[in-house]
Amino acid sequence: MTLLKGTRERRVRTGGVELCVAELGDPSQPTVVLVHGYPDSKEVWTEVASRLADRFHVVLYDVRGHGRSTAPRPLRGGFTLEKLTDDFLAVVDAVSPDRPVHLVGHDWGSVQSWEFVTVARTEGRIASFTSMSGPSLDHFGHWIAGRLKRPTPRRAGQLLGQGAKSWYVYALHTPVLPELAWRGPLGKLWPRFLERAEKVPSDGYPTSSLPTDAAHGTWLYRDNVRARLRRPRADAYAHAPVQLITPLGDAFLSERLYDDLERWVPRLTRRTLPAKHWIPRSRPDQLSAWITEFVTSVEGGRTVVKAPGKHADRFGGQLVLVTGAGSGIGRATAFAFAEAGARVVAVDRDAEAAARTAELSRLVGAPEAWAETVDVSDEQAMEKLADKVAAEYGVVDVLVNNAGIGLGGSFFDTTPEDWRKVLDVNLWGVIHGCRLFGKQMAERGQGGHIVNTASAAAYQPSKALSAYGTSKAAVLMLSECLRAELAGQGIGVSAICPGFVNTNITSTARFAGVGADEEKRRQKRTARLYGLRNYPPEKVADAILRAVVRNQAVVPVTPEARGAHLMSRLTPRALRAIARLEPPL
Amino acid sequence: MTTAVNSELSARLRGFRRVQRLAYECAEAVAARLEPGVTERQAARMQREWLRERGVRDWFHLPFAWFGDRTAFTGFRIPLQFFPTDRRLEPGMPFILDMAPVYEGHTADIGYSGSLGANPVQDRLMADLEAHRELILREVRERRSLREIYQDVDRLMVRQGYANRHRAYPFGVIAHKVDRVEQRRWSPRVFGFGTQSLKGLAADALHGHREGWSPLWSPYRFSDHPPQPGLWAVEPHLGFRGTGAKFEEILVVTDSADPEQSAFWLDDDLPHVRRWAEER
Repeated sequence: MTLLKGTRERRVRTGGVELCVAELGDPSQPTVVLVHGYPDSKEVWTEVASRLADRFHVVLYDVRGHGRSTAPRPLRGGFTLEKLTDDFLAVVDAVSPDRPVHLVGHDWGSVQSWEFVTVARTEGRIASFTSMSGPSLDHFGHWIAGRLKRPTPRRAGQLLGQGAKSWYVYALHTPVLPELAWRGPLGKLWPRFLERAEKVPSDGYPTSSLPTDAAHGTWLYRDNVRARLRRPRADAYAHAPVQLITPLGDAFLSERLYDDLERWVPRLTRRTLPAKHWIPRSRPDQLSAWITEFVTSVEGGRTVVKAPGKHADRFGGQLVLVTGAGSGIGRATAFAFAEAGARVVAVDRDAEAAARTAELSRLVGAPEAWAETVDVSDEQAMEKLADKVAAEYGVVDVLVNNAGIGLGGSFFDTTPEDWRKVLDVNLWGVIHGCRLFGKQMAERGQGGHIVNTASAAAYQPSKALSAYGTSKAAVLMLSECLRAELAGQGIGVSAICPGFVNTNITSTARFAGVGADEEKRRQKRTARLYGLRNYPPEKVADAILRAVVRNQAVVPVTPEARGAHLMSRLTPRALRAIARLEPPL
Repeated sequence: MTTAVNSELSARLRGFRRVQRLAYECAEAVAARLEPGVTERQAARMQREWLRERGVRDWFHLPFAWFGDRTAFTGFRIPLQFFPTDRRLEPGMPFILDMAPVYEGHTADIGYSGSLGANPVQDRLMADLEAHRELILREVRERRSLREIYQDVDRLMVRQGYANRHRAYPFGVIAHKVDRVEQRRWSPRVFGFGTQSLKGLAADALHGHREGWSPLWSPYRFSDHPPQPGLWAVEPHLGFRGTGAKFEEILVVTDSADPEQSAFWLDDDLPHVRRWAEER
């Protein structure tokens, strides 16, 4: 795999080695320097760099001993952080002599970038730093020392956990064997291992230089790890704003490592994403979006990017589509995502209500929000919507299929027309959503999440809710099946099962088998009962965000929904007895 | 603005208008003096002192001040939480000042929303309160039942995307009656409420109970009656994700057959009304 067309290459000589430096994009734009990790070469950034190149002057270089840069002689002692800092400064002086650069590092690229951003001699040369999967060895040293000094059960557990994840570091300290392995079988098996265990796409990377890169790179560990962890610097404070991107499924680094980071970094922006270690390859869209946002905001003078709401680290900048967003749970969910800094598409069949949701979403923190008027049961309209969203706003990161209508009454009073209506919206609406937007997610191959609003009626039978309960039970099962199918692609599916929530579903619900006046009366009566119950939709919205963050499968919300869920497993007969009760209407 | 039917009425109203203006002047003066670090208690004291200096001796209720998410009554469970706390004002924070002074026997009850620096969410809430002021006046003139009007206000709030926060007030009232208060040398206060005013309210409640109306405009059955002539301090209070906004002012309800004269706002020259006019 090679870098993109239009890449300009140059060679920079420094401290006895020659570094291979590649540049993309307009040099008059802010410079973004991408530093690769171990065992990698600069080509690991191909996908990210191509996405950043329209906005920025993107610079990549092979770390000494890697890719097409030469290795120091002798290797021992040639990879110290001091020498890596010399290399970085030489590259930066060559590509951006007048302006400070925005630094981005992954894995060992991040480890060395932490050194760059915390030593005095680079001050004024770095405008910002985006770190992924690579802690500062000094911070790490203090982290270990602190936990050894005061090993409370929790802290001792954190220490042991990271200790186990670091097995490969110990292995790399054995002499000669790692080099032999890399030049032999490991180097051959590595690409397949990455695809299977790390879920990276098979796109021709790693390059043919992998065995040498990996063999040379062992000296990164041997020259620095023991020395720094034993005697961490006490002045390792970052002099530039830092954006920390933490993949939550990292097999090598615990997210706890960054717990005390605010102590070292006064201007810190935190991001998390559910992915494994090699995010530059598995999540290039998300990374380039976050890097773009961070660099742009630092250039504009805002050094910390933070939305006011909960889970802002996770949803900041993501694209969230909510159906039925004109009222109730959908609207509250749109607002909750907006507060977390997500970009929101509010879909509702009521144009005015959708517009209102979008407008208020922008007010509470969404960088962008749009309203779309669509009836989710209309297949063609949904297809059009999917095309439009993909073309204009991008691929949806979180899809919330929430639109639904209520229908009560006896089975024999429910006409085929009633059935069609409730299934069209409650079930087909969800099917269309999953089918169209889920497909886009799956095709992008960079994960995502689907939330379907089912109901407690999905597992709590009731003599008065045969049609509604059927539609919601179908949604629940659809979610479970889809969850199984999409699990391998990093796409989570959650079913939310709310009980009685105070929304206007009651005043629009249909009651089969009664006249218009009686229907009005029952609507009013249910609305009053739900009002007395007074469970706010905002709490359901919080549960939805939590479900996405934790990737929960089935989430009953409200105590009665949780109780019924428990009973459906422990005492289903009692639940059936409840189903026979006449609702108090 | 609609003027009162006869001069006797307008003479009576003049006193109320004067104290309502005085209270709004106080709110604007205190709001202008708020700065980062001021606590709710200090803001409440500033209002009290400002009004005392200008001759206010009795209160319907003592001044309140709410900062930050307390403007939306987030997490309020018991009425004691309405009282000012040591929460400090920060830049961008919304605040609400609420006071009910009695001046020369006339009561006012006002609410003033603002923020320290720009707060676009609260600006939006305030702008959206205009529709509520119009809705309330229109439906009172139509002589709709107070309970129905309450529900219509509720529905409008939901449509706007907001939560009803006047629900948090005692009895969930959107409004309550105010009246002349006899001036006594000594008027103790119970939980911040003047005893003279409470006495008036209790007397109204007793009358109303016999005649089928209530001085409290609530969502409950006891408010299921057409608007009772008198002065109503109306206070719709919107909440939206930790930001609240309200206005409170006196609505005059008469028994006139002419709809224009049957109900009107005591004064249209108030800060929030002026603001809406400017924005147009």
